[in-house]
Amino acid sequence: MDIILGIRVADGTIIATSKAATRGISVLKDTDDKTRPLNARNLIAYTGESGDTVQFAEYIQANVQLYSMRENDIELSPKATASFVRNQLASSLRSRKPYQVNVLIGGYDVKTDTPSLNWIDYLGTQVELPYGAHGYAAFYATSLLDKHYRKDMKVDDGLALLKLCLKELETRMPIDFKGVYVKVVNKDGIKEIEGY
Amino acid sequence: MSGYDSALSIFSPDGHVFQVEYASEAVKRGTCAVGVKGKECVVLGCEKRTTLKLQDPRITPSKICKIDNHALLVFAGLNADARILVDKARVEAQSHRLTLEDAVSIEYLTKYVAGVQQKYTQSGGVRPFGIATIIAGFDSNDTVPKLYQTEPSGVYNAWKAHAIGKSSKTVREFLEKHYEEELDDEKTVKLTIKSLLEVVQTGAKNIEVSVLKAGNVIQTLDEDEIKKYVDEIEAEKEAESEKKKKTRD
Repeated sequence: MDIILGIRVADGTIIATSKAATRGISVLKDTDDKTRPLNARNLIAYTGESGDTVQFAEYIQANVQLYSMRENDIELSPKATASFVRNQLASSLRSRKPYQVNVLIGGYDVKTDTPSLNWIDYLGTQVELPYGAHGYAAFYATSLLDKHYRKDMKVDDGLALLKLCLKELETRMPIDFKGVYVKVVNKDGIKEIEGY
Repeated sequence: MSGYDSALSIFSPDGHVFQVEYASEAVKRGTCAVGVKGKECVVLGCEKRTTLKLQDPRITPSKICKIDNHALLVFAGLNADARILVDKARVEAQSHRLTLEDAVSIEYLTKYVAGVQQKYTQSGGVRPFGIATIIAGFDSNDTVPKLYQTEPSGVYNAWKAHAIGKSSKTVREFLEKHYEEELDDEKTVKLTIKSLLEVVQTGAKNIEVSVLKAGNVIQTLDEDEIKKYVDEIEAEKEAESEKKKKTRD
């Protein structure tokens, strides 16, 4: 029931994640950040089986950091990061207990000056998309994104489109997800946007 | 000596494990490395071996290695052994962050590296690492500079200033004579370079220096910056010897 949404625009990638952490009939927390920064320009947003999610995301985070330590401070590119994550999930699938985690990776490649959004599910399916979501959020948001998305949008246009999607989710989702954290990944790094 | 030095698993009658001591000999042949603590910084310096003609100095790996955002390691001895030990340290640093949600303290890191070195003095079919390391940095949310040293036996010590490798005795004696507590950043860098110049005759192009400060600040000095210090030091030496000459006449 968690919401993770991503929109890739011309100069960055926007990631929105719901704030509610619910167990059964109780909302434990309304300030739950469902993302982890992997390096300066790569953000992973996760959803899925409670526990698996954070374990997996932090494991990826540690490995991406280790890569930079080994390779003279070189940052793994978003494409390489996504491939690594996908590979880990694909291996996990045929293990005794697979990670039931779906992720979105928002990244910015400084070498080619392009933002990217990678959608990866627990089976190890990976696609690079202009916009996407995991879970029920996709059912509500995809048609809006199909209709209003333009390739040449800037971050501000993207945020406006995001607001439209959130309005739809607030209206039609049967549960209160307590709002979202919005983060933008661009050439300057990862920044949280206030006021959502 | 004969017969008691052929394996790690043999003590000599007077309590030496010769293989470990021979490893220290390998360290003594390695290029010199030095570490000096200041009031708010730790400075690491090392001798860069003169490059052969076709070697590319810009991208040949440095002996000063980043273990984590807040810790550096410099070594003396067998470069290849160092590569393995440095990698183990890097993995441990990230592993610690993952499981304890906190960065390693400099002592923890040193204890770990020393622990690995010790393991290789008490195992079958292996030889000790032929390196001594100097590990420097600041613990998270702390402003106290830290400087440690490990050796092939697995012993580790904390130091205010230390040198390892070739001619390290000369450098250490120099440091003992000239070290002062709580030096500022510039004076600490100058002392580091001055002590290295005792053994590195060829000057700035064969010296590497890195400065660590609290809050994950790691600064590697480039050749021009080092040359400035070297020129300053040489000028002072000139002035000293001029003064001596004048008072003699």
